[in-house]
Amino acid sequence: MTTAMLTSNAASATQPDDTTARPSKAPRPRRANPLASTRVQSILLLITLLGSWEAAVRLFKVPKHLVPPVSDIGVALWRGLATGPMAKDGFWYHGGVTLSEILLGFFIGGGIGLGIGIVVSQMPKLEALLEPYVAALQSVPKVAVAPIIVVWLGFGIGSKVVIICLLTFFPVLVTSIAGFKAVDPDRIDLLRSLSATRWQIFRKAKFPSALPYIFAGLNMAAAFSVVGAVVGEFVGAQAGLGVLILQMEAQADTGGSFAVCVVLSVIGILLTSLLRRVQRRVLHWMPADTSQRTVNV
Amino acid sequence: MNTTLQGKPDYIRIAGLSKTFGGGSDGVLALQQIDCTIQQGSFVTIVGPSGCGKSTLLRILAGLLDYEVGSVVLDGQPIHGTRRDVGVVFQSSILLPWRTVLENVMLPAEVIGLDKKEARERAMQLLHMVRLDGFEHKLPRQLSGGMQQRASIARALLHDPKILLMDEPFGALDAMTRERMNLELQRIWMESGKTVVLITHSIPEAVFLGDKVFVMSPRPGTLERVLPIDLPRPRTMEAMSHPVFASASATIRERFSHAASFD
Repeated sequence: MTTAMLTSNAASATQPDDTTARPSKAPRPRRANPLASTRVQSILLLITLLGSWEAAVRLFKVPKHLVPPVSDIGVALWRGLATGPMAKDGFWYHGGVTLSEILLGFFIGGGIGLGIGIVVSQMPKLEALLEPYVAALQSVPKVAVAPIIVVWLGFGIGSKVVIICLLTFFPVLVTSIAGFKAVDPDRIDLLRSLSATRWQIFRKAKFPSALPYIFAGLNMAAAFSVVGAVVGEFVGAQAGLGVLILQMEAQADTGGSFAVCVVLSVIGILLTSLLRRVQRRVLHWMPADTSQRTVNV
Repeated sequence: MNTTLQGKPDYIRIAGLSKTFGGGSDGVLALQQIDCTIQQGSFVTIVGPSGCGKSTLLRILAGLLDYEVGSVVLDGQPIHGTRRDVGVVFQSSILLPWRTVLENVMLPAEVIGLDKKEARERAMQLLHMVRLDGFEHKLPRQLSGGMQQRASIARALLHDPKILLMDEPFGALDAMTRERMNLELQRIWMESGKTVVLITHSIPEAVFLGDKVFVMSPRPGTLERVLPIDLPRPRTMEAMSHPVFASASATIRERFSHAASFD
């Protein structure tokens, strides 16, 4: 992946000359000592950190309900994963519930945010009217209303989906409005000069131009949706990884809680990397920037 | 008068055109009482310092900007709104970065709804004409500035417009590339037989390319003078040392300094 980024950077850096232009070939990656690779180094770093964690806990005899040794977390992780998909004490069942909440909340909240963003952006008057409210609502900490939502909608999956929607809606709305605002007016003039319809202008110039902004919002929404699911489950739920954490902590099973956190992290990582993959495909025309590389690691 | 143009019908007639931006006492008069005609198949350059309203005039011709006072008639029909027999080349190439060069050149066909296959053939011909063979499937960012602007000229010609409006198309290019682009544009114009209206603030560019040079002066934008350039075609870079070239340039420069003294 790192090499792919490097080559596309090199391609964009070489601006071909007017007459002799030929897109330059990417330099070949050098085969070097595997220890010199950043990826290998970062894995070594992880192993070292986990090893010192294990050693420190055992050496200083830290109580297990405060900080469990890494091996305990590993055992809990194994026990949780070695369960049937419908086992009420297993990770698959609760993980499935949480993942469905996340996906539903992400798509519904993000979809509504994008939809309203598009509609509002095409109507400057409506946009000016709504702008102060969007700004004010955006600064309300949405998780604070989570208990109210649970009171309204109960302990089922619905309340969690609504909480996630609240969290994912705003970043997508705000970035899509910003994206449509940032469309180069020259692109609109170009299409207007060809007597394009409003729909053609939207489809061929405005929407593709706004896509990088929309993806920035979707990335935020993906991260928020995991937070929203856990917070919602903490407040009140019958199932889900958040519920599992509460149950385990009630039994002083800190190792189990850590194991659930690992599962949650994996869900988060899978979600964001999947989104990035879609983004790279959709925005293939954009030069790969360095910010993406750091976020990707 | 340029003898080659005699007998050609007037393609564009502008009469008493004025354009004010904003209303009331804050209004800025961008164009004042413009009267001129442009013959079919001719190459007209409009030169003037910034703020002389030359871009406003072009936007009105393109139908991108409306006007209230005067009349602008193109091919017998008054211009109100955009029309599909006009091709516009803007200051920057405005290639859509997510489309390949070929897809960018095909854009007018998609918008207007021309036959895909024919349009594709024509796009390939035009890309050949602007010497971009082999770059059809590259993205705009893989092209140099001059190549991008050539692609945008090909795009403007795709739907076979009768007139090409160019708003300082080479302003962002370095001097060497610009001279080469001027030669190429002359060749493209001679091959295509279009009417071309080109805006520039470069006096040599205006004289080199134009059958007629419209000299404009600022605040408010007025058409100072129409200068016929009697130089044979195709003009080469050597034409720049021709006495006609020198005297035309001097006349325009004098107009500019005259206008500047009022500032």
